[in-house]
Amino acid sequence: MIRFDNVTKRYDGAREALKGVSFHVTPGELAFLTGRSGAGKSTVLKLIALIEHPTRGTVTVDGRNLGKLPDRAIPAHRQQIGMVFQDNKLLGDRSAYENVALPLIINGTGEREIGRRVRAALDQVGLLDRERYPPRALSAGEQQRLGIARAIVSRPKVLIADEPTGNLDPDLALEVMGLFKRLNEVGTTMLIATHDLHLVERFGSRRIVLTAGQIQAAGGGQAA
Amino acid sequence: MNVGSWFTRHAQNAIGALGTLSRNPVATALTVTVIGIALALPAALGVLVQSGRSLAGGWADVRDFSVYLAPGVPLERAESLAGELRAKPGVASVRLIPADAAAAELGKDPGFAGAMAALENNPLPHTLVVRPAETVDGPALEALGAEVRKAPGVDLVKLDLQWVERLNAVLDFLRRLGLMIGGLLVAAVVIVVGNTIRLDIQNRSEEIEVAKLLGATDAFVRRPFLYLGLWYGMLGGLVAVLILLAGLLALGGPVSRLAGLYGSSFALGGASGGSLLAVLCGGILAGWGGAWVAVSRHLAAIQPKVD
Repeated sequence: MIRFDNVTKRYDGAREALKGVSFHVTPGELAFLTGRSGAGKSTVLKLIALIEHPTRGTVTVDGRNLGKLPDRAIPAHRQQIGMVFQDNKLLGDRSAYENVALPLIINGTGEREIGRRVRAALDQVGLLDRERYPPRALSAGEQQRLGIARAIVSRPKVLIADEPTGNLDPDLALEVMGLFKRLNEVGTTMLIATHDLHLVERFGSRRIVLTAGQIQAAGGGQAA
Repeated sequence: MNVGSWFTRHAQNAIGALGTLSRNPVATALTVTVIGIALALPAALGVLVQSGRSLAGGWADVRDFSVYLAPGVPLERAESLAGELRAKPGVASVRLIPADAAAAELGKDPGFAGAMAALENNPLPHTLVVRPAETVDGPALEALGAEVRKAPGVDLVKLDLQWVERLNAVLDFLRRLGLMIGGLLVAAVVIVVGNTIRLDIQNRSEEIEVAKLLGATDAFVRRPFLYLGLWYGMLGGLVAVLILLAGLLALGGPVSRLAGLYGSSFALGGASGGSLLAVLCGGILAGWGGAWVAVSRHLAAIQPKVD
């Protein structure tokens, strides 16, 4: 589902963030991308979301070589990926409902269907009774869950998350990870970047370890 | 996306853009007023030129020329000359005004009634009013006049074209001036709207960034700003129409009275429904154009960033 083949990324005037990285996440798998801060975890996710392009190598998502995707196809690619961010990237002037509805409005879903799916997503993350609240009226954990609801509302095949528990206390982190686990169990392929090794160990999924932009270990024999 | 959803999205964007305007009433009112004034000025000049054209009359009337026959030329000769002229190529029609009819007409004028009554004989000659064909241009008209002047019994041929040509030259100048000023002011509207939209884009850069991150197309991101420009233009156009109507109402009477004092029938023409609609459409186009320029320049610069 997600394949990196010898991918190198060098930012302008900076060192190489990724050096010849290769790994493969199979369909329906939940994999953790771990490593210290600056190891290149976020760069991997940015390449998957086409926020950045690789300097060398090939990134393939759901069978599509992203390097060959024309610019006009980038929005459609992003619509097929659920993204969870450490800072949530919620819109402060919109309600919880409106935040979660945004991906569906963008992909042109009908009004009635939007209402049904947004409430289902909010229910899934336990925020159905908060649908009218603006993000600032929610706790940090609730905001993170709201971000997850937005990521899953369009039922993406692939979900990527960048330090989704970074701002949460241990109990909330566990709660959010449990939510990811449940989503994975219904078939969503997931790649979660985190530096919280205790949490990763607790869930026992495969780890792809990055150190200074290079793959240290890909676990489970699934390095490409 | 089905057609229903498409219309719903557009309606939501249009209403949302109106909401954006209503949340900043003072700034909106100022912008709309500036746009309205900018659109009203060339429109007012257009009304002035149109009124001047009415004064000059249609081209057919303007090109008519008078043929005065020599005193003592009998009516029969005037009638036969009228027939000869009608047969000439380049002549559309000829109207004979017999001397008696001309005297009777002049006698009705209070300014001349006394003088006409005091005269023992009618001093007026028979007159032919010749209307050239539309195909006859200026030099051909001069040549036709010269040819008629040579006909037996003709005393004077008066081509009254000169003053009309002068007036039309002035009106043409005003029309071009109006187009030039109009062009500049429409450009000003585009700039005003463009700058306002640019500020709005900056204020909503976070929202744009998130939308692009979630897969919004350029068209999706652009749409609310285009509706914003459209509303600015439409409201500005409405203000321009109101300014124009108020100006015509306030100045129409005094201008007619002033013209009357100089013996002119000049009056400011009312703005037609078509011209008011043109002002409104011009405003909408300029507003939409300004928004398009702004979004084309500034939206591409906002790209998703993830820390």
